[in-house]
Amino acid sequence: MTIELELTAKDFSSDQEVRWCPGCGDYAILKAVQGFLPDLGLRRENIVFISGIGCAARFPYYLDTYGMHSIHGRAPAIATGLATTRSDLSVWVVTGDGDALSIGGNHLIHAMRRNVNMTILLFNNRIYGLTKGQYSPTSEPGKVTKSTPMGSVDHPFNPVTLALGAEATFVARTVDSDRKHLTSVLSAAAAHRGTALVEILQNCPIFNDGAFDAVKKPDTKDDAIIPLVEGEPIRFGTDGRRGVVRDPEGGVRVVDVDDVGEDALLVHRVGLADPSTAFALSQLSGAGVLQQTPIGIFRQVDRPTYDDLAREQLETAGADTPDTKAALGALLAGHDTWTVA
Amino acid sequence: MVGAPYSGEVTTTESSSGVEELASVVIRFAGDSGDGMQLTGDRFTQESAVFGNDIATLPNFPAEIRAPQGTLPGVSSFQLHLADHDILTPGDTPDVLVAMNPAALKVNLGDLRRGGTIIVDTHDFTDRNLSKAGYASNPLEDGSLDDYVVHAIDLTGMTVASVEEFDLGRKDAARSKNMFALGLVSWMYGRETDTTAAFISARFAAAPDVRDANIAALTAGYNFGETTEAFGVRYEIGPAPMRTGTYRSITGNLALAYGIVASGVTSGLPVFLGSYPITPASDILHELSKHKRFGVTTFQAEDEIAGIGAALGASFGGALGFTTTSGPGVSLKSETIGLAVMLELPLVVVCVQRGGPSTGLPTKTEQADLLQAMFGRNGEAPVPIVAPQSPADCFDAALEAARIAVTYRTPVILLSDGYLANGSEPWLVPDVEALPAIEPRFATAPQNGDGPFQPYARDAATLARPWAVPGVAGLEHRIGGLEKADGSGDISYDPDNHDLMVRLRQEKVDRVAQDVGPTFVDDPDGDARVLVIGWGSSFGPIGAACRAVRASGISVAQAHLRHLNPFPADLGDVLQRYDRVLVPEMNLGQLRMLLRAKYLVDAVGHNRMRGLPLHVDELVEVITTLEKETR
Repeated sequence: MTIELELTAKDFSSDQEVRWCPGCGDYAILKAVQGFLPDLGLRRENIVFISGIGCAARFPYYLDTYGMHSIHGRAPAIATGLATTRSDLSVWVVTGDGDALSIGGNHLIHAMRRNVNMTILLFNNRIYGLTKGQYSPTSEPGKVTKSTPMGSVDHPFNPVTLALGAEATFVARTVDSDRKHLTSVLSAAAAHRGTALVEILQNCPIFNDGAFDAVKKPDTKDDAIIPLVEGEPIRFGTDGRRGVVRDPEGGVRVVDVDDVGEDALLVHRVGLADPSTAFALSQLSGAGVLQQTPIGIFRQVDRPTYDDLAREQLETAGADTPDTKAALGALLAGHDTWTVA
Repeated sequence: MVGAPYSGEVTTTESSSGVEELASVVIRFAGDSGDGMQLTGDRFTQESAVFGNDIATLPNFPAEIRAPQGTLPGVSSFQLHLADHDILTPGDTPDVLVAMNPAALKVNLGDLRRGGTIIVDTHDFTDRNLSKAGYASNPLEDGSLDDYVVHAIDLTGMTVASVEEFDLGRKDAARSKNMFALGLVSWMYGRETDTTAAFISARFAAAPDVRDANIAALTAGYNFGETTEAFGVRYEIGPAPMRTGTYRSITGNLALAYGIVASGVTSGLPVFLGSYPITPASDILHELSKHKRFGVTTFQAEDEIAGIGAALGASFGGALGFTTTSGPGVSLKSETIGLAVMLELPLVVVCVQRGGPSTGLPTKTEQADLLQAMFGRNGEAPVPIVAPQSPADCFDAALEAARIAVTYRTPVILLSDGYLANGSEPWLVPDVEALPAIEPRFATAPQNGDGPFQPYARDAATLARPWAVPGVAGLEHRIGGLEKADGSGDISYDPDNHDLMVRLRQEKVDRVAQDVGPTFVDDPDGDARVLVIGWGSSFGPIGAACRAVRASGISVAQAHLRHLNPFPADLGDVLQRYDRVLVPEMNLGQLRMLLRAKYLVDAVGHNRMRGLPLHVDELVEVITTLEKETR
């Protein structure tokens, strides 16, 4: 139920000076979040933002909600405890590619498999910014950084692929500079019951500038962005010349629509129980320097959430029964007592 | 014949009726780790407790769930000390050893009092099993047990015969041999087997054949004692005088779990436990998982870090957060404990210590995590530390840890250990109405009316900051691991502010001492020149040793610390009153180091890291020698 609270973006802005580097993609994300939070119909005091460590992790300081800037990688674990004990709160996690996928990888995948009620915003700039420019677990192979002068030799994670592998119930990708798309995806994520993971491609102008130029520059973005729209054939490129079809070898592939005909195109379905097609779509991004990528909601399915089930067990056990002290007395005494008179 | 038992404090009276009266006895049940020795010991404990004896127990088992059968590493044992008077330890040397196979005999014989009684199941004394246990010849035949009273009995054979009527294979039939042994020992010590029969009925309700076979074996063992003339005499250990009230037998882990449940009731807060399985702490997780009815949520996390992280998140939301682990888990949780220090939120970290370092001795006891609890974090990160001194005391220690955590908005470390966790003793069941209340005192409004909420403004008496939980309008605020500005809680890199905040966090923890009473010193003669001071589970051995020393005519004082950080305010004065201070510990001198550093006292140590409680006899010698040096 939506409550008319007449809050505005200003109500969600804290008194703290925002201190990201000039031109950082985080500014745009902050503006978008402050812009759409009033539309969620939630009271400010019922929203909690939890972050780990990294540039993105400063996010909670700039929102006038409850917030916690915790330690590196642990935000999903902390959010799990909060969400499990407080069904009345809207719990958000703000994290980066290093925070979520390197040091905090374990907590991230377990939050998603449990399907705890939280919305995870993963700011992916494919670099370590706060520590001044080391390669990250999403950096393309061969990345030359201070810690990899001859180029990195690691294969990167694709955050969406990883989330789908963990069977997250809501998985999406959006771009920092596309406020409209960002807002629509985040609103859908906020409305989702369970863990929602949203990867936000975010430019770091200092240490990895231009990493997402392909999807941002007017002359390339039409061919780079593969928009995923529920119920629509997956089609992109200038004049919609390109599209996505199932590959008989398994997975999906990009084709010229003229070669296969419009009817052969894959129609996007976010609600499929089986994550295989979404997984295949996530692989269209490739591991190297970004040339093309699907944008939008990959998966959106219903599954009971960990915290709802845990609370149900408390209720079933009678946690709300009033005679707690008497029950405690009986528990402490147990069955085998003896009395000394 | 069971002669003068443990520590010479006992007289034996032989009556004409074939019943000898004993003041106390130490019995050890030993067998293969699959033989059910823990259950056997546990049931005999229960029978003796219900009878009214004072009891103290020491389970001892391998880390492997089923080590290779019949081998020395696979031996599991349960030692029980029962007495007609107040006792403090499970005893150094058993008077009676029940050995279910050659390996059990081999491993445990060295501990047995010379002249003690051995009841041995001869069934497994085959050449093959003897050689597995490293025996070149059969000890039952080669005279090596001549110094002991040996009852060599085919317990297995008689068990199988006694359960013939039930539809069990030979292997399953033999599994009841532990109940046969229990029946026999129950007869020897005049214990009723009713409670055990009731226990078996409930436990094996779903498997009637197994249930009936176990009860039949139990009864057969008891009847064997009665009909055979092999034993000649029974023993009687009268009830111990105890304060009036209702008692039960309880282990440390169970008492700790109950303390956590009770802290939720007395604070009115939902309890949240975030935990990851680890020996010897897992039983607390298991137990708390049964008590959802009390609003206790248990979260089995993906790792130790998530366990404490979730607990801290729950505390941020206004629940009472707990995490339970052992030493290796505390190492993993260190960073989050530091965060909790910075956030100044209530949190209780339970560390059930085991032998270390690293994986160490998972099932054995040690108290070597004190310095980790004190200092195992980056930066100046003071954390209050409390420690229980006996299994039942774990209940009170848990309540005290929760009280400090909530009152001072701080993480608190509770240091239990493997001996307390699995050992048991009688517990005077507390009156729930009399338990001390814990007051959360949540913040409800900004301190200055309409002014901005100050999340790091402090209570004048405790220096605690407000606990302002999400959901309260007007108190929206952000906290985090970065240094806070005093009062506002905003990020601050100001040099003087950091200096102030480091001192404030320390001062807040120091102020915990204002709620702690003066150090209790047990010095019945009032003229002791030696003070023995300890902490944690060494209370029992130290107390027993002090009693024995006093019985020999030498004065000695004993003090035991519940609060390890901060220490009681008068502790420095107490230490100065004695010529010598002795600190016995199951580590290389961790408390001793803290006492020497803080009070410049020339304390000496008695340090043993054997994975077992300190030996009373050794301690008696150390205290006596030290006392002589003061003359």
